[in-house]
Amino acid sequence: MPSLKDLRNRIASVKATQKITKAMQMVAAAKLRRAQEAAEAARPYSERMGSVLANITQAIGGGGDAPALMTGTGKDDVHLLVVCTAERGLCGGFNSQIARLARDHIRKLLADGKQVKIICVGKKGFDILRRDYASLIIDRVDLREVKTLGFVNADAIAKKVIHLFNEGGFDICTLFYSQFKSVISQIPTAQQIIPAGVASAQAEVTDGGNAVYEYEPEPGEILSDLIPRNISVQVFRALLENAAGEMGAKMSAMDNATRNAGEMINKLSITYNRQRQAQITKELIEIISGAEAL
Amino acid sequence: MAEAFKFELVSPERLLVSEQVESVVIPGAEGEMTVMAHHAPVMTTIKPGVVTVKTAAGGEERYVVFGGFADIVPAGCTLLAESAVAVKDVDRADLARRIQEAKEDATDAKDDEARSKAEQFLSQLTTLEGAILPA
Repeated sequence: MPSLKDLRNRIASVKATQKITKAMQMVAAAKLRRAQEAAEAARPYSERMGSVLANITQAIGGGGDAPALMTGTGKDDVHLLVVCTAERGLCGGFNSQIARLARDHIRKLLADGKQVKIICVGKKGFDILRRDYASLIIDRVDLREVKTLGFVNADAIAKKVIHLFNEGGFDICTLFYSQFKSVISQIPTAQQIIPAGVASAQAEVTDGGNAVYEYEPEPGEILSDLIPRNISVQVFRALLENAAGEMGAKMSAMDNATRNAGEMINKLSITYNRQRQAQITKELIEIISGAEAL
Repeated sequence: MAEAFKFELVSPERLLVSEQVESVVIPGAEGEMTVMAHHAPVMTTIKPGVVTVKTAAGGEERYVVFGGFADIVPAGCTLLAESAVAVKDVDRADLARRIQEAKEDATDAKDDEARSKAEQFLSQLTTLEGAILPA
């Protein structure tokens, strides 16, 4: 049975922990709001991009002058996986969810006799995947220093990927990230970005859509300029969704932790009070029996 | 008084402008063009340069854009810029850094095609610098 002093110390330390988790939760909530705003602000761009892309692909009609980034190499031997995770832990199953999806994917590809290459964005995913597939990781991108996620960060990653593609480093590129549904649910997602599925150009053609466009320069040229940009946008969106998801996951994880700490404090206080009462009763009995003996 | 139309300037980070305007001057890849209401549908890439917006209210705003493309339909004009800032907020250091990078690209270029592309980009940037730095 722990002494009264031990119990008091325990309670104090759990209370301190609770304060920390509470603070982390509030920080995550504030950051989540900002991340959500950023994700929302980026949405118009990717939407417009989608509709413009749809317009152009329609104009070209999947003709022969579509760039390789769009049609692919025609093979599917070497797969590149870009796995985006968070830089920090303490956010529930957020990182391991993404890593698990990626790992399942890798296992399947390897079983099919394909070659797999991995680029890790974010430290946590790298740490997890390094255990099993260290030899497959060809690069990692560290966003730890980055305070506010900018388009330049995404652009740098996309450039790396495109450069690798142009060198013939891979045939198919898939992006792994977590889709932000709500604070309590983030869905790990795999999205193929190269070759860019024309399915991504699903967006309804904007007003005046069936008008015949004039292109300056040629549609093919615009498209070869547009596709790399579209990949950057996809990566950017993934990073933003991830950032929001991470904060959401962290918020609910910290909320749980705070609640657990509260429960623990309750239990400990009850034990503490009971013991204190027992001691008082014991002392009283001693005094009374002492008085009776006289 | 010219008729107004809807103009939107979007960068990946946010929507910068979305309002009724009278005319917009766009630095198209094959020359500057002024867009007014009921313009024929055009899609064009843009080069680094200054976008001048004349709002329906009569004001004039200028933005610096670094590449991107414009989607013009009779009902409006959408400019998707790789990055865009209002002229008054332009960061000199950032511009200088971009020019420096472009210079490095030009010297590092492996073949003639890449070099001429990089040099073209560099000259566009320097023109832009000249255009926005107050004399």
